[in-house]
Amino acid sequence: MQNSMLAMILAGGRGSRLKDLTNKVAKPAVSFGGKYRIVDFPLSNCANSGIDVVGVLTQYESVLLNSYVAAGRRWGLDSKDSGVFVLPPREKADANLDVYRGTADAISQNIDFIDSYDPEYLLILSGDHIYKMDYDKMLDFHKEHKADATIAVLPVPMKEASRFGIMNTDESGQIVEFEEKPANPKSNLASMGIYIFSWKLMRKTLLADMKNPDSSHDFGKDIIPAYLNAGKALWAYKFEGYWKDVGTIDSLWEANMDLLYKRDELNLYDPTWKIYTDDASGLPQYVGESAVIENAYITQGVECNGEVKNSVLFTGAKVGTGAKVVDTVLMPNAVVEDGAVVTRALVADGVKIGKGAVVGSADSEEITLVAKNVKGAE
Amino acid sequence: MAKATGIIISSANNVRVEGMQDYRPMGAFSFLGRFRVIDFPISNMSNSDIDHIQCYVRENPRSLAEHIGNGSNYNINSKKGKMQLLFAENSALNNIYNTDISAFAENLNVIERSRQEYVVIAPSYMIYKQNYATLLDEHIATGADVTLLYHKVNNAKDSFLNCDYIEMNKQKGVLAIKKNSGTAANRDIFMDTYVMKKEIFVDMIKKAKKLSSVLTLAQIINRECEKLDIRGVAHRGFFATVLDLKSYMDANLSLLNYEEATDLFKDEWPIYTATTDACPTQYFEGGSAKQAMIANGCLIKGSVENSVIGRGVTVEEGAVIKNCVVNAYAVIGKGVHIENQIVDKWAQIKNVPELIGTPEQPGYVRRDDIL
Repeated sequence: MQNSMLAMILAGGRGSRLKDLTNKVAKPAVSFGGKYRIVDFPLSNCANSGIDVVGVLTQYESVLLNSYVAAGRRWGLDSKDSGVFVLPPREKADANLDVYRGTADAISQNIDFIDSYDPEYLLILSGDHIYKMDYDKMLDFHKEHKADATIAVLPVPMKEASRFGIMNTDESGQIVEFEEKPANPKSNLASMGIYIFSWKLMRKTLLADMKNPDSSHDFGKDIIPAYLNAGKALWAYKFEGYWKDVGTIDSLWEANMDLLYKRDELNLYDPTWKIYTDDASGLPQYVGESAVIENAYITQGVECNGEVKNSVLFTGAKVGTGAKVVDTVLMPNAVVEDGAVVTRALVADGVKIGKGAVVGSADSEEITLVAKNVKGAE
Repeated sequence: MAKATGIIISSANNVRVEGMQDYRPMGAFSFLGRFRVIDFPISNMSNSDIDHIQCYVRENPRSLAEHIGNGSNYNINSKKGKMQLLFAENSALNNIYNTDISAFAENLNVIERSRQEYVVIAPSYMIYKQNYATLLDEHIATGADVTLLYHKVNNAKDSFLNCDYIEMNKQKGVLAIKKNSGTAANRDIFMDTYVMKKEIFVDMIKKAKKLSSVLTLAQIINRECEKLDIRGVAHRGFFATVLDLKSYMDANLSLLNYEEATDLFKDEWPIYTATTDACPTQYFEGGSAKQAMIANGCLIKGSVENSVIGRGVTVEEGAVIKNCVVNAYAVIGKGVHIENQIVDKWAQIKNVPELIGTPEQPGYVRRDDIL
């Protein structure tokens, strides 16, 4: 391993707040930004940060996710001694087959896998967030401060701080207290769910945690407090840049819209930090004679014959003649037939909106999720 | 299948696309924004279960070698399959010696070592879809020595000049292979695609070498028309060949006919290419597009009409692009108006307010040039 750090991505959650989008696939496999899946972001960040070995912990509806991440070639994680390893719960000689009982348990159940690479550091990531980050720089910070654990934090507006896990630090940046969704937050440093642990201590802590009947085996609830109680050195690594939890339909829609309105923040154009994904074959995007496009993010394989405004169109989406798509996200292969009007909506994979149908509204508070075919207005 | 080795040949030495070909062989020309011309023959072979492919490269091999690599992009089996790039080096001194036969002769040992009973030979400079497995089946069923693929056209007077055409009897037996010099409109244009047994192929190479150092495969087969059973099989569907700037431009723009394009690009017959991991294309306010194929990674702030735009192209505010082929990473500057132009990769048009060509004589902007 290039930097003696192994990464584990927690990708087992269903993400039930994404409603019908995660009926069949786990949240990390949900599409984002025209051609990506959410899990492409941590995986590409790993590849770009020089991390060679990535374990992906899967559990909920993992068939698609397993086959997707197993092809490490997509992210360049396919050289010798490098790879992406899919780690669903498995039966072992000394333990019964059991689901992952919590985020920490998912790691504990794979101690043998981690040991086989003998890393000095363990990077824990989640498969739910959209951001670009150089984990190698975070590792430098971790080493510089001789930390036992380093947690990436993002300054959030104080009034929103009670929605996050908040790290209270001293003046130097060392963490003194962790509060999960505090009613009266003392700081605005939100945990991004990105941790670097020195492996030796982490291994010991996990083994103890496994035996603790009162533990919920969760990093935030059990492991971090255990570190703090034991007086270990926990440091907050301040991240500046675009970061978004896409856990709800509204936030997923917003993150897609950010590509239009805050394009320089995530900056997917940067040739030095590309986000890699599955390669689609087929035609480039086709824009027809009657198309009108204004302020849009459109990818390969889209067929556009109608009006598209302030919208993001994913691979294979189709917009018919005279159709109108405004403030909307069309996920892969979504079809808006001739004359249909879609406003302020998120249309799920492969969903068809029939001729002349009207979906969503400009003044709706919430984004309309269209997860089932809509009949045409005949 | 694996009954045949695929052989992809480079363009003939009497055809040259001015400008573009200075930088890369025709097979490496960009096509329809995200492909290269050679993606078609390789994908056809791969989709026909041919997974041993020999690809001949005559000049400037860098871009082609980079693009094709070990063939993994083309879904060629990584263990059982093989993609070989073969270079013809000895005869580069005088262009008349640069024939396909001399390239084959130089690599004769590689050809003879191949384990497949048949060869399917296809050009790197023509764009069409063909199932070579069914073509081979047909070849075997008819008992022909050599099968040639052709396409019926009605515009041979002013198109396909310098291509070969074939003359056949009513039973599709080939009587002659001739050069199209534009004397008749209806011709059966030879698609430089052959199927034959490996031993016949090797025999042809040896015969040609004995006769003359400048013979081509088509010429030696033409000489054998009376002795061998040579048959033509008609190809249907989209067919274009790159011969010059105009035919290159026409081939691109003709696929703006979406029906034609979707007929050529079917999910069950993928045309593979190398990915660059470019992000989607962004249209800004004031940007617009009509009747266009646009690859990923572009920034569209001006207007694009009836054009093919390659990956990562920037169209700045007020720029107007009409009837053009703009290849990857080019920049069309603020207020610049271009029509009927082929803009090569990485070119920047900033200081010239207007570049207007005609469909008959499209303009060409060199790679990396700043205008």
